Amino acid sequence: MTTTRRQRATGIRHPRPSGWSRTQSILRGVVLTLGALVFLFPFYYMIVGALQKDPDPTIAGAFPNPANLTLDNFVNVNDRINLASGLVNSGIFTGGVLLCTVIFGVLVGYALAMLKWRGARATFALALLVQVIPFQLLQIPLYVLIARDYGLADTHVGMILPFAINSTAVIIFRQYFLQLPKELFEAARIDGAGELRLLWSVALPLVRPALVTAVLLTFIGPWNEFLWPFLITKDAALQPLAVSLANYISTVAASADNPFGAILAGAVVLAAPVVVLFIVFQRYFVSNDLGSGVKG
Amino acid sequence: MTTIVTPPRAPAPESAGAPGPHAKRSLRHRIFGRQPLGLLFSSPYLVFVLAVFAFPIVYSVWISFHDFFFAAPGANPERPFVGLDNYIYAFSNPAVIRSFGNVGIFLLINVPLTVVLSLLLASALNKVVHFRTFLRVSFYVPYVTASVAVVAVWLFLFNGNGLVNSLLGPFAPDPSWLINENLAMPVIAIYVTWKQLGFYILLYLAALQNVPKELYESASTDGAGAVRKFFSVTVPGVRPATLLVLLVSTVTGANLFTEPYLLTGGGGPNGASASPVLLMYQLGIQQGQPDVASAIGVVLVIGVLIIAFVQNRFVGERDS
Repeated sequence: MTTTRRQRATGIRHPRPSGWSRTQSILRGVVLTLGALVFLFPFYYMIVGALQKDPDPTIAGAFPNPANLTLDNFVNVNDRINLASGLVNSGIFTGGVLLCTVIFGVLVGYALAMLKWRGARATFALALLVQVIPFQLLQIPLYVLIARDYGLADTHVGMILPFAINSTAVIIFRQYFLQLPKELFEAARIDGAGELRLLWSVALPLVRPALVTAVLLTFIGPWNEFLWPFLITKDAALQPLAVSLANYISTVAASADNPFGAILAGAVVLAAPVVVLFIVFQRYFVSNDLGSGVKG
Repeated sequence: MTTIVTPPRAPAPESAGAPGPHAKRSLRHRIFGRQPLGLLFSSPYLVFVLAVFAFPIVYSVWISFHDFFFAAPGANPERPFVGLDNYIYAFSNPAVIRSFGNVGIFLLINVPLTVVLSLLLASALNKVVHFRTFLRVSFYVPYVTASVAVVAVWLFLFNGNGLVNSLLGPFAPDPSWLINENLAMPVIAIYVTWKQLGFYILLYLAALQNVPKELYESASTDGAGAVRKFFSVTVPGVRPATLLVLLVSTVTGANLFTEPYLLTGGGGPNGASASPVLLMYQLGIQQGQPDVASAIGVVLVIGVLIIAFVQNRFVGERDS
């Protein structure tokens, strides 16, 4: 169903060769191209700025002279914040969330789509509701509970806990499981297969695209998250890259000889993994999948 | 829907649904439904939601009505009920009032701009044939990138002698964008619009697939032009998505933290870009007054709920 929709969406439209519609499509092309430039330019500028020896904020600086390019900024920022340990912490944080989301999220998604049990509707409603609860507003009680009461400040577990299961991913899993033919499962049940076995060897292989979509979507959350890990980690050795870069921006930036170069170099390191992953897997980031996920 | 589960003998928990003559509906079956395994599968998620969302929300309200302070783990100090004291204390602070005003300005700029731009770009994107993937990806890239990373570029761009001011030359504002009391919040609002737009374009693209093609065709036969079709077919057709975009962008706006913290150095100048969530952090965690911060949070949530209710009433009315 998703594939047909996707084909329709990308499919060729019937060109109507009238003058007005031609003007229209040219206009549309111009607007979209300008839009794309506005959206991409800051990223181009990020890379250029990260590579410049002396920051050049003038217009000419956007078209850098090759002689002014250097990788020193990466070395500079690495002296101030440990990029490798930041990446490792971001990786552990994101990996923990992904692991919990995939394991527990698939279980709930399957239960919601395939099993009849009391509370299924309420659980689904809860998963929808959770998405509109502003997470930031939970910062105080969660901080009190996790950092103070449970003593999980400066631990990876404390960092992962509030994000552990991504509710949007749960809804995506449910949506995909719902599309699977029920007869397949009935037949397997009659053959005596248990639900876990059905889930593992029948359902999961059929919903691989949902896994990729959900993993991609879940990945950006913790990797980019700032406020929560910022609250919970005071120990620089445990901070994810977003937090250590933000601390660098807000406190020590003034003291480096090329703060912008160093900051932008850090920004490139932080942005690159997500952007690359996203470009590689962009075809899984399709409106229908996520749209259905968000709409429920 | 009428899944009849009749496993031959396996005493698996889901076996309880056999409609045979000797089918004895067990108590467990009646309490938990036909396949109680579903509850078992869902229990980690339910525990998670209760622990991370439900309980903290209740706890937050409780904190806001008590004299609450941070204590060492294990210590159990007395925390007397103080009624509305925390609320009165919080809202007699002009900085708190100002932060709510700031977020109001933010929403007034951000929400309409988001709805209009994302719908326009999504409908243009929906019709385009060439470079579709490239365009889509470029609109989504800011959304998938960490705000911390992108803020770094905007700092560089909107710096006093940054690229934007170089381009504007004599028209550059003085004081510059991020240190100008009147411009700091609008710049943040535009930044967030730009950053999040890809997500809303995605939502609208999904919604546009559900607008029946026949409506466009019959509008064409009636002689409607492109503009007319946009307003009489597209806009009503994506109404549920518009409601969603309104709600999500309002909630996102109310959560504003990273941008004022980094872009304007902690809500400057003079608190002109401080957001309630930023003040919750500063008052609650930096200055150790979690009770006051919780009071701000509760008021903020109520404010968001009221706005959401109004939006739902005026935009969502005709559906559902």
